[in-house]
Amino acid sequence: MSASTTNPALPKRRTLNLTRILLEGRAFFALIAIIAVFSSLSPHYFTVANFLIMSSQVAIFGILAIGMLLVILNGGIDLSVGSILALSGVVAGAMMQGVELDALGVILYPPVWAVVVLTLCVGAAVGAVNGVLVAIFKVPPFVATLGVMYVARGIALLMTNGLTYNNLRGREELGNTGFAWLGFNRLWGIPISVIVLAGIAIIAGLVLSRSAFGRWLYASGGNERAAELSGVPVKRVKITVYVVSGMLSAVAGLVLASQLTSAGPTAGMTYELTAIAAVVIGGAALTGGRGTVRGTMLGAFVIGFLSAGLVIIGVSSYWQTVFTGAVIVLAVLMNSIQYGGPRKG
Amino acid sequence: MTGIVLAARNIAKSYGQVHALKGVNFDIRRGEVTTLFGENGAGKSTLMKILSGVIQPSSGEIVLDGQPARFANAAEAQARGISIIHQELSLAPNLSVRDNIFMGREIMTPFGVDYAEEERQVRRLMEELEEDIDPRTPVEELRLGQQQIVEIARALSVDSRILIMDEPTSALSASEVEVLFRVIRDLKARGVSIVYISHHLEEALTITDHAVVLRDGVMTASAPRDRIDLEWIVRNMVGENYDLGSPPDTVPGNVALSIRGLCVPDATGQDLVRGLDLDIRAGEIVCIYGLMGAGRTELLEAIAGRLRASAGQIVLDGQEVGHLSIAERIARGLALVPEDRQRDGLVQTMSVGQNLSLASIARFTRGLFIDARAERALIEDSIRSVTIKTAGGDAAIGSLSGGNQQKVVIGKILATQPRVIMLDEPSRGIDIGAKAEVFRLLAEGARQGLAVLYSTSEVSECLSIAHRIIVMHKGRISAEFDSSVTKERIMAASGESVAA
Repeated sequence: MSASTTNPALPKRRTLNLTRILLEGRAFFALIAIIAVFSSLSPHYFTVANFLIMSSQVAIFGILAIGMLLVILNGGIDLSVGSILALSGVVAGAMMQGVELDALGVILYPPVWAVVVLTLCVGAAVGAVNGVLVAIFKVPPFVATLGVMYVARGIALLMTNGLTYNNLRGREELGNTGFAWLGFNRLWGIPISVIVLAGIAIIAGLVLSRSAFGRWLYASGGNERAAELSGVPVKRVKITVYVVSGMLSAVAGLVLASQLTSAGPTAGMTYELTAIAAVVIGGAALTGGRGTVRGTMLGAFVIGFLSAGLVIIGVSSYWQTVFTGAVIVLAVLMNSIQYGGPRKG
Repeated sequence: MTGIVLAARNIAKSYGQVHALKGVNFDIRRGEVTTLFGENGAGKSTLMKILSGVIQPSSGEIVLDGQPARFANAAEAQARGISIIHQELSLAPNLSVRDNIFMGREIMTPFGVDYAEEERQVRRLMEELEEDIDPRTPVEELRLGQQQIVEIARALSVDSRILIMDEPTSALSASEVEVLFRVIRDLKARGVSIVYISHHLEEALTITDHAVVLRDGVMTASAPRDRIDLEWIVRNMVGENYDLGSPPDTVPGNVALSIRGLCVPDATGQDLVRGLDLDIRAGEIVCIYGLMGAGRTELLEAIAGRLRASAGQIVLDGQEVGHLSIAERIARGLALVPEDRQRDGLVQTMSVGQNLSLASIARFTRGLFIDARAERALIEDSIRSVTIKTAGGDAAIGSLSGGNQQKVVIGKILATQPRVIMLDEPSRGIDIGAKAEVFRLLAEGARQGLAVLYSTSEVSECLSIAHRIIVMHKGRISAEFDSSVTKERIMAASGESVAA
């Protein structure tokens, strides 16, 4: 109780109060700063139209980042999300072009809803491979998902022979139109992709903060041994997060293919790194157990709004890369200050 | 006395609310073995880490050769002749014995590391220690005792003036201990000062020149060898009014847990628990006593479902549970409070409340979501009934003292409403007050029909609340006593030598 004189950490913490607020809300303040700076530099930045366009670009990374957040909370990493995104797009594209059944001599044109469901199943299946490798066969997540990243990309290339499906709009007479709805339509003036992102974020946020599964995820990411001894089904939790991550990658793949009305096997290269960056900028710890959906969303918007702003004011794309990298390093630095600093004297 | 080479003056160390050391004075004399006695959590290891520069004191000073000294890290202390052999081995298992011994101090020639010279020196050290270990063997291929020898060899190789040994014998065989003691006597003759920490009181007494006793972070006694005996040490270690309670007045009910022929293998397939039989009744408290390596932890972890048994039955309330997962066993009322609460008990990233409700969270789920009000009620109820001293359920786990952290783990398990609770060394690293409270809690549970099985390596804890004391030795039950047994008989049955 009389430790205040001997413990240097206590009085220091009081004086650093403002710094702590800035530190804990760093992603939020960074986003405000980015918007303020670019708004003053360009008259086109601070407009509703621009925000909606930027947000629909953020949607792809945001959806991937939510899946990535779940995996990172578990103490893992998922490098395969970009490849699953491409594979899902290609699978959807192939189905939109028609599935030829040689034995029956017919070509099936599944309706769009079936295409979406089947594509999500493909994403979930690839995620399940990740999950089983990591949880059952104890392959380190980095290696397991690295392997799956190559395999999924390779399958996408094989399916298309390296080419791109260009016409995904479907045909009226086949009854499979509507694929472009995801990427082009708006509800109450807001792009569908942004609404999809918001919906997923709200569900993920509720699950993490209010459900037993969310608590299990934080617990097994924080200390897997303790969680297991407390009766948490750690393997099931682990497999689930990879399956969800794969499924969300498929959602992102559908959104991207819909926005471009084309699906190519090389889509989504390095998107996994952007997703990881968003999660890290959002304050999650790569060691697991710490992080929120809100933070990850802020992280995704920081990256998206920063690079869009740089494009608008005409900075070269090379500099964009440099800036993005600097932001990530800064974020990791702040994470280690927040999680490592005050506890060790 | 002028022979003091290193002294601690009024050293205090706090970790948040935890005061590990509260103003300790401690002298190390030239060419003597100063033995530090004290229970788990008394602050022995903390004091030694401060003297060897591993951690910094919160206040107080270190005096080396009459001059105030500060060590920023272990390397600085080592440069001034102070080495420490840690309780937990600090070897790189993938590297060879030679590379471990010279880690960070490699002998260099202009063309790189002089492996031949290193090997020659390691061979000489091993000869001195009478241990036949090849310098090029990877450390992971050695037995635990041999690894300890390598650790000792490393400390010897730097020509220390002051050598701190924190529980060096806990993994050694009797003959290895003898060799170690001979080496210690040689070192003394060369003027090296030794600080020795051990839980084997009798063993430690045979080489002690000067004894110092710590209790709850305070030095309670200090005297030369000729003025002390075993009884003096125990009295100062545990304090005069040391009472952990007595067996509660319960009428044992039906057999709650029944173990038959349980075998638990280690990674190499060798049995650590060999065909063990055990029955515990509702309302009964059973204590398992045994030395390190007796198989206590393996037994409890196998019953809880963490380790897989290779043979035998685990029957809970008449139903076989050996094939069930940990979660299913908890649901049926069989739960374990693990030995290492930092590693296996607590989730450091979560709050006190979230830790308390973790094991029973599924019970509070209504539909998809947790019933926040019911959870809050459980947390507040647990904090009160287990008497956790905390700012509230939202406080960080790290802000609690060791004893209160342990109560969080126990509270978490009690919240699952178990019928059989197992506790692996529940008193490890907590102070005496908290220890008594934990035992009181267990006695209270037994009164309400809970079957309690706890393990300990401290004899005084066997003779407290337990109705029955079971002694384990090399994976088997070597003796079984009721609560009227003496300490000496328990220790004899565990394979400990009782040479007073």
